[in-house]
Amino acid sequence: MTEKGQTSIGTEERVLMCGNEALAEAAILAGCDAYFGYPITPQNEIPAYMSRRMPEEGRVFVQSESELAAINMVFGASATGKRAMTSSSSPGISLMQEGISYLAGAELPAVVVNVMRGGPGLGNIAPSQSDYFQATRGGGHGDYRTIVFGPSSVQEMADCMSLAFELADKYRMTAMILADGFLGQMMEPVVLKKRPSPELPPKDWALTGAKDREQNIVRSLWLGEGVLEDLNFKLDDKYKQIQKNEVLCEQYEVDDAEIIVVAYGIAARIVSGAVTRAREEGIKVGWIRPVTLWPFPTEQISKAADEFRLFLTVEMSTGQMVEDVKLAVAGKAPVVFYGRPGGGVPTVDEILDKIRQLTIRHKTQDSRLKTQDKR
Amino acid sequence: MKTVFQRTPTLKDCPTHYCPGCGHGIAHRLIAEVIDELGIRGSTIGIAPVGCAVLEYDYIDVDMIEVAHGRAPAVATGMKRTNPDKIIFSYQGDGDLASIGAGEILHAGHRGEQITVIFINNAVFGMTGGQMAPTTMADQITATTPKGRNVAEEGYPLCVSELLAVLPGVTYIERCALSTPANIRKAKKALKHAFELQINKAHGLSLVELLSSCPTYWRMSPPDATKWIDNKMTKVFPLGRLKG
Amino acid sequence: MTANGLYEEIIIAGFGGQGIMLTGKLLAQTAMQAGKEVTYMPSYGAEVRGGTANCMVIISETKIACPVVAKPDSLIVMNKASLNKFGPRLKNHGLLIMNSSLIDTEPQLDETIEIISIPADELAVELGSQKSANMAALGAYLQKRAYLTADQAGQALPNVLAKRYHKTLPLNIKALQCGAEFTKSCCKV
Repeated sequence: MTEKGQTSIGTEERVLMCGNEALAEAAILAGCDAYFGYPITPQNEIPAYMSRRMPEEGRVFVQSESELAAINMVFGASATGKRAMTSSSSPGISLMQEGISYLAGAELPAVVVNVMRGGPGLGNIAPSQSDYFQATRGGGHGDYRTIVFGPSSVQEMADCMSLAFELADKYRMTAMILADGFLGQMMEPVVLKKRPSPELPPKDWALTGAKDREQNIVRSLWLGEGVLEDLNFKLDDKYKQIQKNEVLCEQYEVDDAEIIVVAYGIAARIVSGAVTRAREEGIKVGWIRPVTLWPFPTEQISKAADEFRLFLTVEMSTGQMVEDVKLAVAGKAPVVFYGRPGGGVPTVDEILDKIRQLTIRHKTQDSRLKTQDKR
Repeated sequence: MKTVFQRTPTLKDCPTHYCPGCGHGIAHRLIAEVIDELGIRGSTIGIAPVGCAVLEYDYIDVDMIEVAHGRAPAVATGMKRTNPDKIIFSYQGDGDLASIGAGEILHAGHRGEQITVIFINNAVFGMTGGQMAPTTMADQITATTPKGRNVAEEGYPLCVSELLAVLPGVTYIERCALSTPANIRKAKKALKHAFELQINKAHGLSLVELLSSCPTYWRMSPPDATKWIDNKMTKVFPLGRLKG
Repeated sequence: MTANGLYEEIIIAGFGGQGIMLTGKLLAQTAMQAGKEVTYMPSYGAEVRGGTANCMVIISETKIACPVVAKPDSLIVMNKASLNKFGPRLKNHGLLIMNSSLIDTEPQLDETIEIISIPADELAVELGSQKSANMAALGAYLQKRAYLTADQAGQALPNVLAKRYHKTLPLNIKALQCGAEFTKSCCKV
């Protein structure tokens, strides 16, 4: 898709776009000043789109020599107060971790898109969700976090973008869109509209030339005794604020559910298909979909675990988010896992089968518990 | 009383952490003087390296950033592309620019980024304790070449400026030495020219390589170190304008 | 079809260069312009170079949950390898549109599956270019399923075809109609 559709952007009209391009256009609508990136499948539509659209808007596009350079170009542009982003896929994101850590240390805003593919190593180019740990735990060295969105549709890919730029500026840190090859390549109707921006703190820390003021310094090196410790505590306070204020999560038919399926991204779409069919079979099942993966909807899941239920986590990995689900459930209910790693995409039938099996298990355990209660 | 010398305002009035005889202090002064003479303090952004000069922002009073080892040219690219009217300079040592950052400087030059690079070559990694750098001289003893650099196994000193000079995107390269007063005056002239090129929006990257002494890890007295620059280093790294 | 009306899962497959992705995009675009919900998912990366190409399209009256097509309701195959690969996945009572110009064997499929065997390449060559064989096959499909028309697809085509190919619009629109006519004539009761 190249020339078409541009007239519809910024209106209520639906355009058919792939996730990668919708996200790129949404970044432009969100006021992204500069894009820096390096080719890697399955996100090549993003730099290609940006190479055409950013100059049209009088903004900056640079194809860097590597992902290392790309993230450091983001670092430089962001330090001057500009909205900057990069995108890549899993192996490239590994290379960017150095820069992401420096961004955290220097408290610079940035938006990073990871259109995940199978790993480890070169892996393959099929969709995967195996970078969850890397994304939600910081990813590089040091004690830090990044805000992570796990969109599950082309529309949400676009919607996350303006929110990512906003939160990155608000908290002066990296916001990451954790998508996958499926979402990047898939086309769906999308409405691309400029979102009104809330008031954000002024970037008085930015490097703009020390004209008629004292010098500004952007740094992540703190050698004085206790200084870095203070910074780490300050960052931690910020992260706690984010955990309190910025969690996004979607729930479906959870109230009467005996089984709750937790999934994010494209896996959540497949889960929702399976849950609908299970409901048609009379199985009491619902789902919880974290939209922000960090901050994680710990409270929402913990609350759901207060009543006796079974939790099923479905991921396109051998089990990463399931650890956060277990931490949230905190032993109050059993948590089981179903995963397809290495580019495998679960089918509705597979998940439906899993749900059916759990129904049997839930009934036996539930009746056992009831018997115990009577005694 | 007649004032014959005074600190230029952009050089901060504070003691540095550098060893006696180290060239960084001289380089910092020259940069600060050039910035003041050109009147660009209010529009200049500097990039400090990883290495002994990591605290450069404590000495030079302009907006500054400290970046990951070797990545200064990429950071400079991000800054200059989004701020074409600002004057962007990076300050990098030989470990930073010639070793871990060889890719970044090559491609910034290759793209013709309109930035000014100040490349301090003291033939050794300073901050980490005097290990071999790509620029270390043949047979030079360092923390990681205890028997001297064996060129058969560890390679010859890397002449980055000569490599960069062939790139069409590089406008100006000059190598100077922070050894004698005459050489230091030449170095200042070169730095000024490099900044002027950027101010005048000349296409491409400008780079000044400064041969600089490290008496501590050369295991020499400061006067001997200065002589070593002129007698030994300039044989491998000849002074003069390589391009532009 | 479900209780909520139209719900159709389609796989379109062939080899690289047959315009498989464009066909899928056009189907999705046409459906979207007709106010329907759609998803389109191409095969991507190295596998599409020189090898087989395929895409999945879902068209629905209501919001689409899962965009993955495991067992399609309809299958459009433009070469033999694609028939062999995707034929067995077709649902019972499904629809197979196959390009008989490049498939010389009878498919061994469940007897409930309806088959339209269209010489798409020959028809396209007659119209002026083999390249619009994909459009003939899509026209045949649309005529059979009848939730969208070949005319609607023709109207949507400029929105998915890159501008540098717009000179081929008349030919491609003709091919869409020709495919539809083919279905009309061969499926007369």
